[in-house]
Amino acid sequence: MERDTHFVLGVYEDEDVLMNAVKQVRSSGVKIHEVYSPYPVHGLEHALGYKRSRLPIAAFLFGMLGTSLALTMQFYMMKFDWPMIIGGKDFAAFPDFIPVSFEMTVLLAAFGMVGVFMVSSNLKPWAQPRIFDLRITDDKHVMAIDLAVNSGMDEEKIKEILSSSGASEVNNKSFDE
Amino acid sequence: MAHEVQNFNLDQKFDFTAGIKKSIMTVLLIGAALLVVGIVLAMMGGGHAEEGAEAGGHAFHWYQRLFANIWINNVYFTGIAIVGVFFFAIQYAAQAGWSAPITRVMLAFGNWLPIAAILMVASFFLMGHDLFHWWHAELFDKASPEYDSIIDGKGAFFYWPMEKGTFPIFYIARMVIFFGFWVFFFSKFKKIAAAEDQLGGTSHWFKMRSWSAYFLVFFAVSSSISAWDWVMSIDTHWFSTLFGWYVFASWFVAGLSSITLLVIFLKGKGYLEMVNENHVHDLGKFVFGFSIFWTYLWFSQFLLIYYANIPEESVYFIERLESDVYGGFIFVNIVMNFVLPFLVLMTRDAKRHGIFLKLVCTLLIVGHWVDFFLMVQPGTLGHNGGIGFMEIGTFLVYGSAVALVVLGGLAKGNLIPKNHPMLEESYHHHI
Repeated sequence: MERDTHFVLGVYEDEDVLMNAVKQVRSSGVKIHEVYSPYPVHGLEHALGYKRSRLPIAAFLFGMLGTSLALTMQFYMMKFDWPMIIGGKDFAAFPDFIPVSFEMTVLLAAFGMVGVFMVSSNLKPWAQPRIFDLRITDDKHVMAIDLAVNSGMDEEKIKEILSSSGASEVNNKSFDE
Repeated sequence: MAHEVQNFNLDQKFDFTAGIKKSIMTVLLIGAALLVVGIVLAMMGGGHAEEGAEAGGHAFHWYQRLFANIWINNVYFTGIAIVGVFFFAIQYAAQAGWSAPITRVMLAFGNWLPIAAILMVASFFLMGHDLFHWWHAELFDKASPEYDSIIDGKGAFFYWPMEKGTFPIFYIARMVIFFGFWVFFFSKFKKIAAAEDQLGGTSHWFKMRSWSAYFLVFFAVSSSISAWDWVMSIDTHWFSTLFGWYVFASWFVAGLSSITLLVIFLKGKGYLEMVNENHVHDLGKFVFGFSIFWTYLWFSQFLLIYYANIPEESVYFIERLESDVYGGFIFVNIVMNFVLPFLVLMTRDAKRHGIFLKLVCTLLIVGHWVDFFLMVQPGTLGHNGGIGFMEIGTFLVYGSAVALVVLGGLAKGNLIPKNHPMLEESYHHHI
């Protein structure tokens, strides 16, 4: 996407201050783009109002794909392509197929889930990650607010809300992509 | 630090009201009535004269079916009772925090153990000869035409140190020792729990952890051997190396379902306020996970026997799958204990909401009874078995008797271990 994006960043020192700030900022009507922290903050995803991940749905669908691929493959091979008598069983003996079908289900569910997660989280190998502030890997929590999303609000007003919510610094950050 | 659990009533006791007693008694009476109808029908109907593989050439009597039923329920409900104690011990040995407020619910199931012990030993003496093919002296007599060299080779496992075919002293000793130790550990846990309620402090928790570890070691051995003794030895010629685990898994799922049902029941009555959907979710995960574990064992046993197709092994499944009586129940077993729980409990919401869990847990309690029915009846009754009034009646009588004993035991002590050091941690459990 060829467009410039402008963010306002609130830098927080403490996770309790951050948690309160998230609630305060959201209740004042500002939409938060994302919060970055050096370690997982318990309950932050609830405070940000994140909906539950839909990743399990992807896992289920890929799992079903694995089951049907495995069954089709085995049935085709054993019944039509190269029928063999093994242990006096039928050519297409269903119990024999279950271990392979199980393994293919697990394999495709796992691969599919990892793949979908990487794509949806922008973890492609060629992706350029946006670094909002280097200190988020050290000791600071950073709340990023996208100005384009909050176009109904004045930039100065947003900055004021951030500093009154306990931010130790309020900065601007732009990316040109 | 302020403890938020102090906001709850930690001294609550389960009130076993006359209303609950009455409804359980109603089920018990319905069960007894069905049992009587079943017995009368069986007496009038008589049995087919056909001989099952292990029937030993005796003519079939109606009371054999009653014996088989009593044995199924003895084994099944002993399992649910001991799994309550086992799951309790797991919580302490694993130093689990989340389960602190429901540990007493698990322990309450152990109250059935002393009664189960009496029933099991008494019914073994009364019915053992009809249930167990190996309790026939002529099998061990080389001069007899009935001599069976395979069973003779296994004889010492039942009769040592006495002469084979006389009195199964080794078998009975194992039964008595297992029940003795199980009851001993159960009363030990109960005693420590009562002391903890009175005195507080962390020393009781550490004591409980040590005793739990000892119990788990003993249970690991005793659960496997009791499965061989009480269930696998019915099909005397046959053996399966994972049978101990298979029976344990069946017991465990049934026990977990009973614990979950009881927790949801107590919550519905207004007890256990600090237990929320996060704790129920964890119980649901256990039920879901161990249903799959049971399926894994069932299928592992089936696939190897089916694939190798060695006659002395596959006879177990041929007796069941190709039988008019039991063939259908194999599939009922798989659908009730794997397919339905797997599909219904797959989503997160289903594990957090009582209604789905109630449904699945009830299904599993009946389903694992069917599993034990399939383990016991083909070897004892052959073509004369099946599910009729007698089976349903015996199951209801036993089930409601267990419910009376367990709830009665639960009402005696504190419902919540109020001095458990991890109660606060459990309150903040979030998943």
